[in-house]
Amino acid sequence: MSETTPDTYNYKVVRQFAIMTVVWGIVGMAVGVLIAAQLVWPALNFDTAWLSFGRLRPLHTNAVIFAFGGCALFSTSYYVVQRTCQVRLFAEPLVKFTFWGWQAVIVLAAITLPMGLTTAKEYAELEWPIDILITLVWVSYAIVFLGTVAKRKTPHIYVGNWFYMAFIITVAVLHVVNSAEIPVTISKSYSAYAGTVDAMVQWWYGHNAVGFFLTAGFLGIMYYFVPKQAERPIFSYRLSVVHFWALIATYMWAGGHHLHYSALPDWTQSVGMVMSLILLAPSWGGMINGMMTLSGAWHKLRTDPVLRFLVVSLSFYGMSTFEGPMMSIKTVNALSHNTDWTIGHVHAGALGWVAMISIGAVYHMIPKLFGKASMYSVKLINTHFWLATVGVVLYIAAMWVNGILQGLMWRAVNQDGTLTYSFVESLEASYFGYVVRVIGGIFFLAGMLVMAYNVWQTVRSNSSAPALASSAA
Amino acid sequence: MTSFWSLWISAITIAVIAGCLILVLHTRRSEVHKETTTETMNHAFDGIEELDNPLPRWWFNMFIITIIFGVVYLFLYPGLGNYKGYLNWTSYNQWEAEMAHADEHYKPVFAKFASLSVEDIATNDTARQMGQRMFNNNCAVCHGQGGAGAYGFPNLSDKDWLYGGDGAAIKASITNGRAGAMPPWGDIIGEDGVRNVTSYTLSLSGQEVDAKAAAQGQTTYQAMCVACHGVDGKGNQMLGAPNLTDDTWLYGGSFAQVAHSIRQGRNGAMPAHGSLLSEDKIHLISGYVFSLSD
Repeated sequence: MSETTPDTYNYKVVRQFAIMTVVWGIVGMAVGVLIAAQLVWPALNFDTAWLSFGRLRPLHTNAVIFAFGGCALFSTSYYVVQRTCQVRLFAEPLVKFTFWGWQAVIVLAAITLPMGLTTAKEYAELEWPIDILITLVWVSYAIVFLGTVAKRKTPHIYVGNWFYMAFIITVAVLHVVNSAEIPVTISKSYSAYAGTVDAMVQWWYGHNAVGFFLTAGFLGIMYYFVPKQAERPIFSYRLSVVHFWALIATYMWAGGHHLHYSALPDWTQSVGMVMSLILLAPSWGGMINGMMTLSGAWHKLRTDPVLRFLVVSLSFYGMSTFEGPMMSIKTVNALSHNTDWTIGHVHAGALGWVAMISIGAVYHMIPKLFGKASMYSVKLINTHFWLATVGVVLYIAAMWVNGILQGLMWRAVNQDGTLTYSFVESLEASYFGYVVRVIGGIFFLAGMLVMAYNVWQTVRSNSSAPALASSAA
Repeated sequence: MTSFWSLWISAITIAVIAGCLILVLHTRRSEVHKETTTETMNHAFDGIEELDNPLPRWWFNMFIITIIFGVVYLFLYPGLGNYKGYLNWTSYNQWEAEMAHADEHYKPVFAKFASLSVEDIATNDTARQMGQRMFNNNCAVCHGQGGAGAYGFPNLSDKDWLYGGDGAAIKASITNGRAGAMPPWGDIIGEDGVRNVTSYTLSLSGQEVDAKAAAQGQTTYQAMCVACHGVDGKGNQMLGAPNLTDDTWLYGGSFAQVAHSIRQGRNGAMPAHGSLLSEDKIHLISGYVFSLSD
C-alpha cells in the first residue's frame, strides 16, 4: 500500500476540490430550488432585481455545472491521474493556481450574475475579464494534467485519462472560440459573431459543454470509480477504444440540433441530426462498459450504497443519451422544442448522471483522502441515495408530463385553424408539474445536506485507516 | 456557399461517418475472443484490469443501423454542402406547402364572415368566438385575456378609446398599428410648470387640487396642450390624444404619474398586424374587440 502514502501523491488539492464539490453542490442546488419555487410562487423574487429568475437562473446553471461539476472533475481527475500513472502531479505551483483561480472564477460569477452582468450566451454568461481568468486556469489545468500523464510510470495511458484529456483539451478550444468578444467596458462586451453564425457557435459550444464537460469528463470518473468500487475489471477494452473515438468525433457535430426549425441552413440542421443519432451507440458504449463491469459483482449493490450511486448514475446516463438522439429527430423536436421536456432531459443528465456519479466518487475518495477507514455513516449514504433517487424521478417525471402537455397544447388547432389554447392556458396546466419539481428539488438538496454532515463527521473523526496508519509508522 | 466550402463540409462529414464505420468494423474483425472471456489486456492501473471482451453484438448492430440511417438521410435530404438531396426538400418548401394547405382548408371558414360588418360579428356567436381565440393568442399578452389592459396597455373593455371605437377604427388600429407620442415638456415649461399643469390636468376629471396651481397650469395648458388635448381636455381621436376628463389613465392617475407623463413624455406602440394576420382574421378579431365594450 506504499503508493497511498500522503507524500507520494498530492492529495491536498484533491481534498480541497472534493470539499468544495459538496459546498458548491449545495449552493447551486439551493439556488435551483429557489428559482423552481419562483415559477410556482412568483412573489419569491421579493421585487428585488438580483433575486429575480432571469438573474438567478444563469447563477444556478453556472454553479451546478462549473462550480459543483467543475470541482468534481478537478478533484477526481487529479486523484485518478496520480493513481493510474503512479506519479505525483506535475507543476506544483500551477496545481495551486488551478484551485484558487477556479474558486475565484466561481465567486466572481456569484457576484456578477446577480448584478445582471452577462454576455447573454447560455452557459457562457460570464463577462470577458472572467473569461480570461478561466482561460488561464484551464491552460494551467491542461499543463498539469498532460504533464502528469507524460511523466507516468505505467507503460500505457489508462482509458479514464483518455476521457479526461479529451475533456480538458476540447473545453479549452470551445471556451476560447465561443467567448471571442470585443470588450467595450470592464463589464461589457459584444460577441465577435453575429446573427445565425453567433447562434451556431453558441450551440456548438453549448452542446459540447454537455458532450465534453458533462459527458467525457464524467466518463473519466466512471472508468476509475466503477471498477475500483466494484473491484472488478473493466468489461471490454475494445469497446473503450471504439466508443471513445466515435464519441469525441461525433459529439462535435451535434450542436445544430439545438437550432432545428430556425434560420440555420437546412444542411447544418440535417448534419446535426444525423450525427446526434449516430452518437447513440458511442454514448451507450460507456454505459455498457460500466454496467457489465459489475457482472459477477451484482450482489455488492445490496450492501454498498456508493456502488449504487455509481450504477444508478449509469442508468440515467443511458436513459438520457437515448432520449437526446430521439429529441434531435426533427419531427420529435417539433413537439419537444421550447417545452419543459428539454429541462427534464437536461436534469436527467445533470442530476441523474453528473451529480450521482460525482457523489459516488466523492464518497469513495473522502475516507482515503483524509486517512480514515470509511465514511462516518454508511447508513446516511444510503439515506442520501434514496433522497437523490426519489428527487430525480419526481423532477424528470414532472417535466416529461409538462413538456408533452405543453407541446400538444401549443400545436392543437380548432377546425377553423385557430390555436385551441393560448400560451397562458398551457402555463396554468403546467402548474402542478412545477410544484412537483420543487418537491423533487428539495429531496435532492436534502440529500446533499445529509452528505455534507456525513463528510464533516468523517473528516473530524479520530479513526484512521489501518493501512495508512501502518505505512506511516 | 462556394464549391470549396461545399466540398469541405461534404468531405469532413463523410470522413467522420466513414471513420466511425471503419473503426467499428476493424475492431470487430480484430477481436481475439468472439465470446465473453476472462482474459485481460495484461495491463493494470492502480489495480484496475481490462478484459478483452468482444463488442456486444446488439450494440454493434445498433451502431451499424444508425450509420446506415445517417447515410440514407444524407442521400435524401440536404446535408452535404450544396447537395440538395434526392427529395429536393427544403424547410422553406415545407412551410410553403403547409401554408398552402392551411389556406385551402381554412380560408373559406374565415371568408364566410368577410361580408359581415365588424359590428355584426360582435353579435354572431361563432364569429366572435373565433375572434376571441385569435385575440387570446395574439393580443392577450399585452391587453390581457378579456382585454382589460394593464399599465401602458389600453383597456379594450371600457368605453374610452384613444383612436376611436367603431369597427373601422379598431380594424385600422390592428392592421396598421398605432404610435402614440406625448412629447416631453419638462425642459420647456420647467418643474413648476409641470406641477401646475399636473394640477390643472387632474382638476379636469374633478379631483381636489391646489386651486392656485391649477389656475396657473390652465394658462400653460392653453398655450401648450390644447392643440392635441383640446380646449375642454376631451382629447382628439384623430391624433390618439387621450381624453383627460374621464379619470381613465393609461400610465396611472396619481399626481406623480401624471407629472411624469408631462415631464418625460410617453411613447406608446401598438405593433401593426397587417403583415402577420390575414385581413379576414383581423376582421374577426376586430369584431371580438368591438364586443368587449359593447
